[in-house]
Amino acid sequence: MIKQVVRVFGEKAMFFLHEAGSYSLLTIRTIAAIPLVFRRFRLTSEQMLMMGVASLPLVLFTSVFTGAVSAVQAAYQFRGYVPMRYLGTAVGKAVIIELGPVLTALVVAGRVGAAIAAELGTMKVTEQVDALETLALDPVKYLATPRLVSGLVMLPVLTIFSNFVAILGALFVSIFFIDITAYTFLNGVKLFFDLKDLFGGLLKSFFFGGIIATVGCYHGFRTYGGAEGVGLSTTRAVVLASVLILISDYIIASILFG
Amino acid sequence: MIQATTLNAGQAVAESAIRIVNLHKRLNGKPVLNGVDLVINRGETLTIIGRSGEGKSVLLKHIIGLMKPDSGSVYIDGIDITRISNKELAEVRRRFGMLFQGAALFDSMTVDENVGIGLREHTDMAEEKIRAIVKEKLAQVGLFNVETVKPAELSGGMKKRVGLARAIAMDPEIVLYDEPTTGLDPINADAINNLILHLKNSLKITSIAVTHDMVSAYKISDRIAMLYGGRIIYSGTPEEIRNCDNPIVQQFINGQARGPITDGDNNPGNG
Repeated sequence: MIKQVVRVFGEKAMFFLHEAGSYSLLTIRTIAAIPLVFRRFRLTSEQMLMMGVASLPLVLFTSVFTGAVSAVQAAYQFRGYVPMRYLGTAVGKAVIIELGPVLTALVVAGRVGAAIAAELGTMKVTEQVDALETLALDPVKYLATPRLVSGLVMLPVLTIFSNFVAILGALFVSIFFIDITAYTFLNGVKLFFDLKDLFGGLLKSFFFGGIIATVGCYHGFRTYGGAEGVGLSTTRAVVLASVLILISDYIIASILFG
Repeated sequence: MIQATTLNAGQAVAESAIRIVNLHKRLNGKPVLNGVDLVINRGETLTIIGRSGEGKSVLLKHIIGLMKPDSGSVYIDGIDITRISNKELAEVRRRFGMLFQGAALFDSMTVDENVGIGLREHTDMAEEKIRAIVKEKLAQVGLFNVETVKPAELSGGMKKRVGLARAIAMDPEIVLYDEPTTGLDPINADAINNLILHLKNSLKITSIAVTHDMVSAYKISDRIAMLYGGRIIYSGTPEEIRNCDNPIVQQFINGQARGPITDGDNNPGNG
């Protein structure tokens, strides 16, 4: 019984180490090819369009409601304890440091991380990845690196839009439903505003962009078994990217704000 | 009758473009290639036949370095590609063209981009010249005015032709065909066979095809080799293979449901 438990535990540990090692190797190879990205910048710009511009409407839509609900929740908790002139401060800090970067990353992980895994997975099972290799083109340089660079650049850009629109959403709710003037709310936002918060949030989103792209590529490249395999890879990519986003969020926050 | 070619690593074969020596590969713990020895001479068309799942495509992928063997060697003009770096392998691959079973065209690219990808990535040719070459290669495979079309808009036969145009776009010395006629109607299949013959005669390339379509194998091959039980059990000209007395080969080429293959006779040395 104990022997079997140890064996199962050992197999799981070996599997985890193998996965972690393979993912790390792919990430290192993808990063190492970044200097070559300008040779084929069209590939990167196409990914930026898909990852950034095409994701913008969804990010803006979710951000408006994120800002709105954070204003409602903060006002509920403040009532009777904290003056409402600090509502903008609380909402602004929460959005810029945490909600903007993390929720944008989770939305993009669902949309783009899944798309990367599905696209590369389909390419793998239809032998398009093999075809690239037979044409003496490295799939990591050709497919993964443009997606990584795109993620690293576009996630912070999307997060800036998200921050702005979330604060607008909170402002709207504050004016029309909480009965605070725009002046009071925006003064609150400015009150304890610190550039470190903004850059800390953007640094998080930079890492989140890298995670979404590399996890999508990793699961895409190791897809096998046809449509079922593509479906599995897509699910795994979204789940792993979301988990890694939340773990790295804690680690980066602890380093920057701890 | 020519029995399966067995070679030692050091044996020199002046005419050979490709030599496969004692190749072994296991997939998911199951032996797929179990000591394959094969020589492909320069300029010849060799067809590897065998049942589905016998390891024909796996063998083809070893020849172009898409898979690494557990043991054994694949020599391309004397270079053992199983023991070279990825960079060196990329150089060797530039001498190859490959037509995949499902054509493996890049969905996101047009026909022009698919056929011209190697030229655009590996040469400094002017765009006009690349477009002219793409047009010429498409004409060689019988396609006209499809440059701006995406693969999804093409029929199966047209996809194979575009795949073939892409395979020959860089003027390769060796072309690999993975099930070139699978999934095509007999007329389209014959058209692909004619194209393979035309390319062989006009470009003098070395060709290796894997197929279980015997009509195609007889038509395009200078030599046919049969893969069974992870080894090449017989190799000869189409005429020789038709007349050979190996019961395994005879069962396969005549498409008989009963015989040593299906009766569980798994002794590849028989014959």
